[in-house]
Amino acid sequence: MDDFYREIIIDRYQNPHYQGELEPHDITFEDSNPLCGDELRIDVVLDGDERVMDAKFSGRGCAISLASADLLLESIQGKTLADVKQLGKEDVLELLGIELGPVRLKCALLSLKVLKAGAYGMTEASDELVE
Amino acid sequence: MEIYKPSDVVDVNKIQADFPILSREIKPGVRVVYLDSTATTQKPLQVLSVMDEYYRRSNANIHRGIHHLAEEATALFEEARIKIANFINAPAARQVIFTRNTTESINLVAQTWGRKNLHAGDLIILTEMEHHSNLVPWQMLSAELDLRLEFIPVESDGLLDLNVYRQLLEQDPKLVAFTHMSNVLGTINPAAAMTKEAQNAGAKVLIDGAQSVPHFAVDVQELAADFLVFSGHKMCGPTGVGVLYGRKELLEEMPPFLGGGDMIKRVELRSFTSNSIPQKFEAGTPAIAEAIGLGAAVDYLLDIGMGRIAEQEQVVVNYALERLAEVPGVTIYGPEAKDRGGVTTFNLNGVHAHDVAQILDGDGIAVRAGHHCAMPLHDKLGIPASTRASYYLYNSVEDVDKLIDSLYRVKKIFRI
Repeated sequence: MDDFYREIIIDRYQNPHYQGELEPHDITFEDSNPLCGDELRIDVVLDGDERVMDAKFSGRGCAISLASADLLLESIQGKTLADVKQLGKEDVLELLGIELGPVRLKCALLSLKVLKAGAYGMTEASDELVE
Repeated sequence: MEIYKPSDVVDVNKIQADFPILSREIKPGVRVVYLDSTATTQKPLQVLSVMDEYYRRSNANIHRGIHHLAEEATALFEEARIKIANFINAPAARQVIFTRNTTESINLVAQTWGRKNLHAGDLIILTEMEHHSNLVPWQMLSAELDLRLEFIPVESDGLLDLNVYRQLLEQDPKLVAFTHMSNVLGTINPAAAMTKEAQNAGAKVLIDGAQSVPHFAVDVQELAADFLVFSGHKMCGPTGVGVLYGRKELLEEMPPFLGGGDMIKRVELRSFTSNSIPQKFEAGTPAIAEAIGLGAAVDYLLDIGMGRIAEQEQVVVNYALERLAEVPGVTIYGPEAKDRGGVTTFNLNGVHAHDVAQILDGDGIAVRAGHHCAMPLHDKLGIPASTRASYYLYNSVEDVDKLIDSLYRVKKIFRI
């Protein structure tokens, strides 16, 4: 259909698998992309071994930011918190399978930024988390 | 219903040929269709060559040297100032101050005129459709001086609520600052009338001409503006140069903005006296090549004629509004054609502005997505972001057709 908007991105944007909120949750964090008004919140529930039992995202944003959130949260199911903290920019780009310029990259990485800020227990998310 | 496709009223192909960047292929076989002039405009060869020539032949620092190059550079720079003064019909060239851009011009007024003349409780009237550059400097000043900021609302038809304006004018405002043409809605505000009413109420008026001055003839004497601000890069000139026009008495009584060389008459170790206008507000070496480039841009625009430029833009934006209205799911923001300049901001149901812009980019079409430095306006419209296509002298009705074709492709990709 389009080099950029692969089927998987449109699919996950229109029919996300991990959208919603989790109450109660062990981790929650929200942030926004001031460039465009993308807003994202991620909730995570861990099991006894600190493995991700469930994770959901909510908020609003473009297809890239929301599809990347959905794919990211799918990829961390069953992972340990330590694994989550190790995730980087390349992991997200691999999930999306597309090349992004520096402005649009911020959309794709918003979910990773929010997830890692929550995993690290930070009060504010920084771009360093996704460098 | 068949939409009547109008003809361009200028030779767009000939104009496009003046702009090297417009023949660039963004990807093989796909030429750029530039619909983001509200953000910045493209530059014609006539401007590029003047700046290049300046650096090759006449470059020197201005106002101080007496050698041949310095005299030449100074003459070119001051000639540019005169061209710009004539372009806006300023009474004298010394009332045209070169700044970095519109934003800096507004900050200059806020920090000099504002700081000197405003006191706690004083009222500044702004509007809900302002660009951040005509909001934030007043917010900053207001925090410093404890001022009151009130806003003329934008109605659902994209026009300012002038009834509220009149009510606000009864509250003894000291300053009214508003945009001549909205960079989001395209609304052209009745600047002359609003200025007259403001001055009758005893207020000074600052008009943000960033979008108006490039797109149609603006006459500061006809408007009777106290201050008019605009940017070079939005009118086929280079980045790095902007203009503040002010009434002579106001500029003369304002304290200087930045301190340093050229804005002084005399400097002792512990004191200085300011120079007269315009130099009082032009500290340090200015963007000399850029100012000269802006002069060349004025020549270029006048050569085509501001009337013809405005007419072409009206033809294109009228057609764009008609064609956009036909695309199912498109919501267009702002007033009808007769009250707007060449800007069409819209949303497509079910697709985020970013995604629209991305897919359009795939077709070589450059538009802007986001809040366009007008967050309060987007809050008022109840939307997080929007897509903006804007038109200038190098856009044709064909460009509108390409935009619409691309929007249908967006709908196809998103299965809507």
